[in-house]
Amino acid sequence: MTLATRPDATQRETRFQRRLTARAVAGNDADMLSPADLPAPSAPAAPKTVRSPLCRAAGLVLAGLARILSGASVRWIASQPDTCQRVYFANHTSHLDALVIWASLPPSIREITRPVAANDYWSRGIVRRWLSRDVFDALLIDRTDIKVHQSPVDLMLREIGTTKSLIVFPEGSRSITGEVGEFKSGLYYLAKKRPDIELIPVFIDNLNRVLPRGEFLPVPLLSCISFGPPLWLEQGEQKLDFLVRARRAVLALKE
Amino acid sequence: MNDVRTIVLVTGVLALLTVATGVGQFLKRHPDRGLDPAAVRTFNLRLRGWWILCTVLAAAFWLGTTATVVLFGLVSFWALREFITLTPTRKGDHRALFWVFFLFTPLHYVLVGLNRYDIFSVFLPVYATLFVLARVAVAGDYKRFLERTAKIQAGLVVCVYCLSFAPALLQIPVEGQAALGRSDNFRLLFFLILLVQFADGMQYVWSRMLGRRLVASAVSSNRTWEGLLGSAASTALLAAVLWWAAPPYQPWQAALAGLVIAVMGFAGGMTMSAIKRDRGVKDYGTLVAGHGGVLDRVDSMCFAAPVFYHLTLLITQAG
Repeated sequence: MTLATRPDATQRETRFQRRLTARAVAGNDADMLSPADLPAPSAPAAPKTVRSPLCRAAGLVLAGLARILSGASVRWIASQPDTCQRVYFANHTSHLDALVIWASLPPSIREITRPVAANDYWSRGIVRRWLSRDVFDALLIDRTDIKVHQSPVDLMLREIGTTKSLIVFPEGSRSITGEVGEFKSGLYYLAKKRPDIELIPVFIDNLNRVLPRGEFLPVPLLSCISFGPPLWLEQGEQKLDFLVRARRAVLALKE
Repeated sequence: MNDVRTIVLVTGVLALLTVATGVGQFLKRHPDRGLDPAAVRTFNLRLRGWWILCTVLAAAFWLGTTATVVLFGLVSFWALREFITLTPTRKGDHRALFWVFFLFTPLHYVLVGLNRYDIFSVFLPVYATLFVLARVAVAGDYKRFLERTAKIQAGLVVCVYCLSFAPALLQIPVEGQAALGRSDNFRLLFFLILLVQFADGMQYVWSRMLGRRLVASAVSSNRTWEGLLGSAASTALLAAVLWWAAPPYQPWQAALAGLVIAVMGFAGGMTMSAIKRDRGVKDYGTLVAGHGGVLDRVDSMCFAAPVFYHLTLLITQAG
């Protein structure tokens, strides 16, 4: 059930290109801004890595498998898929969350969207490392070693450059009860440092029953992924107010 | 002889569907005929569903027994998925559910495909039940234990066990000789599907035309006693007219089968309505927008299939 209509391809194309040129102009006088605000000029606007055909095929297969296994029906509520730079923020209930959101996006958008994942889990073992680095192009964040001058938010902003989108889970870790917990402040700093990025709330329903915490075998129940309308940081909005508003935007998709 | 029967049946169904589609499109184009537009839309949606059903069935029948068993297995799997999704389960049920989905359901259909009636008739109702009880107990969560295990068991029996009797019809020895080929059995299965769909439709029609007394207003707001009686009578009549399509049946036996199918289909619909009402939803799943779920489509079939199977077995052995 798609509530919003899709714009035709040309429209999306021009919008994307407009944004690209806008960012490129801004990038030329990047020295006017602090390095944390914008990616350094050395960060290329073009995709950093061109994935090998094998990794692309693996990505397609895994995305298909994830969609089938989670029976995910995808809804875009007052919102539509777009190649502009976005941060998808969702409630966190299962290890499958990032994969299923990633798989729910159309392939062209999947290509430019990077899930943010925990380094301690995803860099362990050859398979996980291959999946996270080469297939999902995940952005691995070290949860145990957070330095002041190298905050995860700065790292994320540097890594996505001016073209890539992110999937983040502002609760920080998977909820145990199934309730949506309080949001951590990372989302606020992302919104503050890059006010041009669209923040898309995502609600994941029932995926915690497909693969609950502490289980490794999935049960193929039906889940639902709802994408909501974008939001931005308002002028002068306080951190706490913004985080509460963002959390409500996710919960509003529950219906 | 056999091929003539099949050709007549297929041609008849195709002609009926084509005429109905023509009427449906005519009514859609001319909304000024005084008919309820919602009813016309429901009619057209149902017709599309029947076209899809006939195409898929034709493909499966053409590919043979194994393909048909696999098709029903997939439908069962999906129906069970919808059933368990709507049923609240706890974390302690997770491992049991994993085996229910990935071991018991496929293995049951393998047994059906191998025509091991002696095993598959007890495999799910006895062994799967024992396993689920024990596995949930071992998981260590005793909260509402009987309620939770009963839910899983009900899902297995309705969505998997009962539905599997439809493809099991392909294995019944008809008229005692295998030399006739399989077309008799496929016609038998098609006879069941046709009557179930017809009974469903007739119930709707009779309820709309004469419906006064609701069977249980709290459970379903459109199932009436008049609809049930009307559908049972019309289905019995159609079955008697089509008796030649179902090999071991005499006309009066076919009429009885039609009656039983209509009543069982009604029972299936009521049961699923009760579950849906309890969970506060209208349809199972969202596979195709506006169509409800797979379980909404097969609920009558789930209840009618085992009874029709055993009736056929009885008549085959008696005759």
